[in-house]
Amino acid sequence: MIHLAGICRTYQVGDQPVRALVDVDEEIREGEHVAIMGPSGSGKSTLLNVIGCLDRPTAGSYTLGGREVGGLDDSALTQVRRHEIGFVFQFFHLIPRLSAAENVELPMVFAGVPRRERRQRAAAAIAAVGLEERAAHLPEQLSGGERQRVAMARATIMRPALLLADEPTGNLDSKSGNAVLEMLDELSDNGLTLLVVTHNPKVAQRADRILFLVDGRIAKRVAGDQVGELVALLTEDD
Amino acid sequence: MTLPELLRFALRGLTGHGLRTALSLLGVSIGIASVLVLTALGDGAKRYVVGQFQSLGTNLLIVLPGKTETSGSFGIGGVPNDLTLDDAEAIERFVPQARRVVPVSMGTEEVAYAGLSRQIAIVGTSPDYLKARQLRMASGEFLPADEFSRGAAVTVLGHKTARELFRGEDPVGKVVRIGGWRMRVIGVLARQGVKLMMDFDDVAVLPVATGMRMFNRPSLFRILVQVHAHTDLDLAKQRILDLLIERHDEEDVTVITQDAVVDTFSAILGTLTLFVTGIAAISLSVAGFGIMNVMLVSVSERTREIGLLKAVGVARRQILAAFVTEAAIISGFGGLLGLALGFALVHLGVRLYPVFEASPPVWAIAAAMAVSLGVGVVFGMLPAWRATKLDPVLALGRR
Ligand SMILES: Nc1ncnc2c1ncn2[C@@H]1O[C@H](COP(=O)(O)OP(=O)(O)O)[C@@H](O)[C@H]1O
Ligand SMILES: [Mg+2]
Repeated sequence: MIHLAGICRTYQVGDQPVRALVDVDEEIREGEHVAIMGPSGSGKSTLLNVIGCLDRPTAGSYTLGGREVGGLDDSALTQVRRHEIGFVFQFFHLIPRLSAAENVELPMVFAGVPRRERRQRAAAAIAAVGLEERAAHLPEQLSGGERQRVAMARATIMRPALLLADEPTGNLDSKSGNAVLEMLDELSDNGLTLLVVTHNPKVAQRADRILFLVDGRIAKRVAGDQVGELVALLTEDD
Repeated sequence: MTLPELLRFALRGLTGHGLRTALSLLGVSIGIASVLVLTALGDGAKRYVVGQFQSLGTNLLIVLPGKTETSGSFGIGGVPNDLTLDDAEAIERFVPQARRVVPVSMGTEEVAYAGLSRQIAIVGTSPDYLKARQLRMASGEFLPADEFSRGAAVTVLGHKTARELFRGEDPVGKVVRIGGWRMRVIGVLARQGVKLMMDFDDVAVLPVATGMRMFNRPSLFRILVQVHAHTDLDLAKQRILDLLIERHDEEDVTVITQDAVVDTFSAILGTLTLFVTGIAAISLSVAGFGIMNVMLVSVSERTREIGLLKAVGVARRQILAAFVTEAAIISGFGGLLGLALGFALVHLGVRLYPVFEASPPVWAIAAAMAVSLGVGVVFGMLPAWRATKLDPVLALGRR
């Protein structure tokens, strides 16, 4: 589903180039659940943003579902973001003046989904994340965990095939974090391709594979039984 | 996305940022209102002065002794010929365009009655003066219809003159002394107010021949010629000039149209209006900068919002449409508010000063609306324009 070849992302800070991603090659199959780990500043977010079409690589080729993303124009990219990818941010990024339900409705509004259908789907999605009671509340009236659940509902409302989550539990206590993780697991079980950036080995443990980034390169790939071993190792470190 | 959806989203944007919306509205409406009030002031001043001239009579030509262009040298003797009653009669007889020919001689004399006296302007003229100058009578009669040269010892007093000298007594039929001459009062003018520097309330009007004898001046002060129609003015002016040149053997009179004077004043006042409009334009751009600031202050917040919208798959033109709609609602609504405020202020002003018939010119209203819409939309859209060009991750910002 996702094919990365020689992906580089270099930021220009003053006259100093910052190489956030260096020659990343990777293949992610449909329905896979992949965790991305690595020290702070290793390029995890940058990788996720590139895959989510929120950022463009400075070099290399990225194909999504067989199409070369670098060759897409702005409106084609809009369509990809709208229909194929859901994104969950560490800092939620809800629109403060819109209610929980309205935030969930937002992608459908601009996708031209009729009002009635929109209402029904948003209500169902809000209910699915256990927030029926809070549908009319503004983001500032919700806890961090509740906000992230709203963000999850928004990210999945257009039924994307690919869900990307950048430290989705990074700002949550463990209880609300677990609720979010269970929702992610369920989505993955239903066949969604899932990429989760995390610092937390317990979060990574749920994945089929772990990519370990260091200085913008994939330093290590761990799959199958080794996932448990690596996680045990990392947990001991804590 | 349909238009109602767009409007709904834009309105949520506006109500969600109450303070910013209120400030922008205030900025736009104050700008518009000030343009309206200031241009109305300029326009009102112009109308006022033009009205003053018109109240002195329309379609008037004024014949003055002396030639203004060649100051200092009049013919051989250096002194112009007198402008006489015979000249006036000649104009009446030989210039068919002339509807009324009114000789005027002017002076200042003391008018006395029963121990009270006033030093006032004395106008010696003919009966047609009343109509040519658009004066009205309060009581009695105006000057009797006579030949110009017959000088009866009668006078018509101004409203104020009569009031001050007679103290409630009816002046008609009484005898006053004007410069030592005994004159019978035959009428009193109605209150006229000051018409362009001439106080028609404090005068004594007498037959022109009487006046000329009283002032002991051989020349008239001027001859007013009222023509039948505005279109006759130029021809009549030429005819009068030709006639008087023939009679005087040289060009020693000046004929001006009162309209020319009005035109000059209109031009001056046009400049005034322009000036006032300049002030209005400045106030409008100040308001514009206000709106701009309010809009730009929220750029970082809005940029993040735009980043998010892009991330969830909202197209660039949809984002722009939403922001333009939002800005257009603000400036349109603010504009209407400003119009209402401006008209209310102008109306209030006219109530307080009824002589001042001010109303904001249509072009000013249109320009004000156009500028406010333009400024509002441009600066409302600017953050959106820039932010939509960014990749979503940059617009979202790093934390
Ligand atoms: N917008 C940016 N401008 C400049 N440098 C950036 C920008 N975004 C990320 N970087 C740099 O790129 C590197 C990788 O960043 P990031 O992908 O956010 O790391 P991580 O998510 O693994 O902590 C870091 O060195 C970071 O400072
Ligand atoms: Mg990160």
